[in-house]
Amino acid sequence: MNQILPPTSDELLAILPELILAGGILVAMVLGVFLRRPIALVNGLSWLLLTAAAVAVLTIPLSGPVFHGALVLDPFARFMKVAVLIGSAVALAMAWSHGRQQRTQQFEFPVLILTATLGMMVMISAHDLIALYIGLELQSLSLYVLAAFNRDSVKSTEAGIKYFILGALSSGMLLYGISMVYGFTGQTSFPAVAEAVAGDASIGLIFGLVFLLIGLAFKIAAVPFHMWTPDVYQGAPTPVTAFFAAAPKLAAMALFVRVVTEPFGSVTADWQQIVTFIAIGSMVLGAFAAIGQTNIKRLMAYSSIGHVGFALVGLAAGTEEGVQGVLVYLVIYLAMTLGVFACILAMRKPDGMVEDIGSLAGISRTNPVMAFILAMLLFSLAGIPPLAGFFAKFYVFRAAIEADLFVLAVIGVLASVVGAFYYLRIIKLMYFDEPAGGFEPMPGTLRLVLGASGAFTIAFILFAGPVGELASTAAGGFF
Amino acid sequence: MVTTIVLLPLAGAIIAGLIAMLGAARVTRERQAGQGTHDHAHGHDAHAAHAHDDHAHDDHGHGHADDDPEEFDSPGIKPAQFITTGLLFLAAILSWITLISVAFNEGGLEQITVLSWIQSGSLIADWTIRVDTLTAVMLVVVTTVSALVHLYSIGYMAHDRHIPRFFAYLSLFTFAMLALVTADNLVQLFFGWEGVGLASYLLIGFWYKKPSASAAAIKAFIVNRVGDFGFALGIFALFFMFDTVDLGTIFAGAEGAQGTTISFLGAELDALTIACFLLFIGAMGKSAQFLLHTWLADAMEGPTPVSALIHAATMVTAGVFLVARMSPLFEYAPQALEFVTFIGATTAFCAATIGLVQNDIKRVIAYSTMSQLGYMFVAIGIGAYPVAIFHLFTHAFFKALLFLGAGSVIHAVGGEQDMRKMGGLRKKIPLTYAMMLVGTLALTGFPLTAGYFSKDAIVEVAAAGAGLGAVVEEGVAHALPVINSMAGYAFFLTVVAAIFTSFYSWRLIFLTFHGTFRGSQHTLDHAHESPPVMMVPLFVLAAGALLAGLVFSNPFIGDHALEEFWQGSILNVAANHIMHDFHYVEAWIPWAPTFAMALGLLFAVWFYIWSPGTPKRLAAEQDVAYRFLLNAWYFDKIYDFLFVRPALWLGRFLWKRGDGWLIDGFGPDGVSSRVLAVTRNVVRIQSGYIYHYAFAMLIGAALLITWMLFR
Repeated sequence: MNQILPPTSDELLAILPELILAGGILVAMVLGVFLRRPIALVNGLSWLLLTAAAVAVLTIPLSGPVFHGALVLDPFARFMKVAVLIGSAVALAMAWSHGRQQRTQQFEFPVLILTATLGMMVMISAHDLIALYIGLELQSLSLYVLAAFNRDSVKSTEAGIKYFILGALSSGMLLYGISMVYGFTGQTSFPAVAEAVAGDASIGLIFGLVFLLIGLAFKIAAVPFHMWTPDVYQGAPTPVTAFFAAAPKLAAMALFVRVVTEPFGSVTADWQQIVTFIAIGSMVLGAFAAIGQTNIKRLMAYSSIGHVGFALVGLAAGTEEGVQGVLVYLVIYLAMTLGVFACILAMRKPDGMVEDIGSLAGISRTNPVMAFILAMLLFSLAGIPPLAGFFAKFYVFRAAIEADLFVLAVIGVLASVVGAFYYLRIIKLMYFDEPAGGFEPMPGTLRLVLGASGAFTIAFILFAGPVGELASTAAGGFF
Repeated sequence: MVTTIVLLPLAGAIIAGLIAMLGAARVTRERQAGQGTHDHAHGHDAHAAHAHDDHAHDDHGHGHADDDPEEFDSPGIKPAQFITTGLLFLAAILSWITLISVAFNEGGLEQITVLSWIQSGSLIADWTIRVDTLTAVMLVVVTTVSALVHLYSIGYMAHDRHIPRFFAYLSLFTFAMLALVTADNLVQLFFGWEGVGLASYLLIGFWYKKPSASAAAIKAFIVNRVGDFGFALGIFALFFMFDTVDLGTIFAGAEGAQGTTISFLGAELDALTIACFLLFIGAMGKSAQFLLHTWLADAMEGPTPVSALIHAATMVTAGVFLVARMSPLFEYAPQALEFVTFIGATTAFCAATIGLVQNDIKRVIAYSTMSQLGYMFVAIGIGAYPVAIFHLFTHAFFKALLFLGAGSVIHAVGGEQDMRKMGGLRKKIPLTYAMMLVGTLALTGFPLTAGYFSKDAIVEVAAAGAGLGAVVEEGVAHALPVINSMAGYAFFLTVVAAIFTSFYSWRLIFLTFHGTFRGSQHTLDHAHESPPVMMVPLFVLAAGALLAGLVFSNPFIGDHALEEFWQGSILNVAANHIMHDFHYVEAWIPWAPTFAMALGLLFAVWFYIWSPGTPKRLAAEQDVAYRFLLNAWYFDKIYDFLFVRPALWLGRFLWKRGDGWLIDGFGPDGVSSRVLAVTRNVVRIQSGYIYHYAFAMLIGAALLITWMLFR
């Protein structure tokens, strides 16, 4: 048995971002308890911490496995961590500007976001099944609480309960899978598992893989483990939904990619089928079910399911190009979804927030700038060139075609045709229907987010090259 | 110079068209402004110069259905009129100069390349102007009549609200017609061919608010499509045979192409015959020959100057021109020529019979036109192309005269076209009466008028073609050979048709100008002679109708016409002596048409002067025959049953069943309703119950595990 050694300075440096967050969480809690009106301070501190963590991720040197192979900071982890931190920071900023009277204006809210983000960081860096589980649960538990954050609202508490129970079920499956993997290999570290899998992939080991993937598929809300998503997205407070749709999805997806490529890289043919199956299911269901929605948050839930399906198309290719495509897709999805949620957060009428799609009718006349950027974002989500969403789909479909997954690519394109309908319907509502009364002016932060998101989406063609390069570097480590 | 002739009307069309479009835009603006302030007065101020204060004249109407008081006159009338008319007169003068220099002065063939147009593999079609005698004659006919019609229209259309548009169309037509007659290759010819079809469509439907005018325009267009389909196939066949569309090359290769066959509709047919046959189908459509003639009478819905220019003097003769132009081909396709003769003779007879009973003054002349075109094709079929072109030439004068005269009558009686509501007008409009009389004399072939020379020549050609005559050489009489098996048939029918022609022409004169007026007293009181701008063209045309025969008969169809006048633009093969032989028909034959004319006149006098009750009694006694003729042999009804209804049924079937049920149902609509159905089911799964969700997860897990197990 290995002797537990005190961590070296290199090891501590490698987890500096996580340490910043963890220390900051403790400080914020203390401040929250002892100050009378701590919210503004805690919020600002949390935001600073997220920024500092992002800076740290970018500045510290890359490192191999640390803490006995529990964590790793490779290019992939750095890429995803930056994306996740941006997602969390933007979501926090949007929530802060969303409104003083909202329930989210409690100091626990930013703290929970920080803990969830910390969990995501661990997930992304996880290099061991135990670290994987710890990161996942830290993130999940924080999210359960966030979903139910508006505790006076029946819908919010219902969302929290549903998420928690189903999440527990999925965690059980995940653990079951981990235990099977451990049982058949005797290892928890990814490289060791990979070695064992390469030697002899018994059916038990494959079962372990399947259960592991089921647990992860739940986190990324892929069909058929997506059922919680619409209810939770709709029931949770809107700033929480905005957060859900962005950072956790990226972190879970990163974990998914790492698990199938690192420990199970030698049984690609096996997981490829599972990924293909859930990709098709997600794309098709996301496209069809969204058509029937009238609530914008619920619609975005199905939209996110569909987009996860498209991202998985890239993974199903099982190649470096495929993973690169997934990463590009996730970055673009992050930008688009934050922009759309900035609009949703701005759907405020004099007598309160609205979530009905019908209330967007005719806003091209009342809120022309918001209508234009939202239209661009929706076109992008639908995958219309030359907007960012087109390139996202282009990367993953190209990877699928090059891997000879023609059926998958064709189904994906058809699903995106069906999916285009509900995005275009919103644009039609905004531009061609009679105004149903405009919205209140947008808060500055939301404007900023919306503007940045719109600029990224519209002008993506200008920096498609650099983003692709970064993603390529990040993906290169696995192959 | 010829290039200038062709381009002048195009320039006029473009200028007048721009004026019309700018005017329309301005009228729209003014109308909107007027509606905004509910004050229409200032809208009129802008062009008070030609606002018609005496709207009492508007009850002339000329059939325009758009007498909407809210409507404004288009601005820019005067410039549009004068520019187009001026350019056309210039073109006409240049055309006469061309005719003199080409036909009377050993001009020979001249080809002027304007620009290169299509070059695709072996298909090379440049815009090249081919000038020879045939072209020069057509140039003169087209530009002269067109110029006179332009002038006439200034008066006739004075009360219309869309004068610039009208003149733009007229000039556009003239340009297309000139492009047609100057064509040096088949594609260019087809361009002009379709161009005149388009202009004809636009002008028949000029009063587009009148449903009957729109219907007539569509009918003309569609019937012509049938002919054009044949024409296009003919062009394809020639390109297939000769690998070129250039006329000169095709003509040069025609003799060598005899006997080659082509596989058409599964049968091996003589290539030249089938090509000529197909070309002639195109000519039948354009020249309203039997079977494809139904559109011409309806085309009279257009303004009368249009009828004179397009549907009498020029466009409808394009078919005659086409076959004459292609004479180097037709000469080697005797079977096709027999078919031409047959169709021509049948048309001449059929149209003449229908003309006997028509009551609309313009329809009578329209059927007369059809009949005369039949005469021309008879001459062509027997190989006497110059005689056909000569008749085309003279016919242009007297038929345009008749139409414009009829227009003058219609103008006088306030838009009335039914002859049963006219009568005794010779005292009211004596000049018009005189002009109509001249036209009638020429048409019926009164001695020394234009028709006497040209039409009688056709009858003689038919007789010569049938072998009725003998050439006396050195005291030995050689009987004329039978050139064309249809010539006898044609001779008989043309003589009978000559009787009918005389009858219906005089009937028109007597019904319109003699007897007592049968319309309302108000109309009679307002009947007045047309203004000089309308009468001058009539005088010019009348001069032509009287003198064209005397002056031009010898050069056109004299003994040495082919060599000296036509100078190779029309080919007769060595065995074809018809241009020589028809001067030697039996002695009684030249008298036959004159006798027929006299007979027809006699009957007309008897029926409409001496005993006006006879026609009515005869019509009642021979009710079936009368109705048969009145309904134009029931062609419209038959076509309606044979083609229109099945086409409509097919269209409706493809629309309702094919597009609506099959494509929409299984295509867009079907897919979208499937999508919605799927959506409904998917949404229903989302029940909200946590155990349903958990169940779905477990099912999914079980599915994946099972799959992995049995893979």
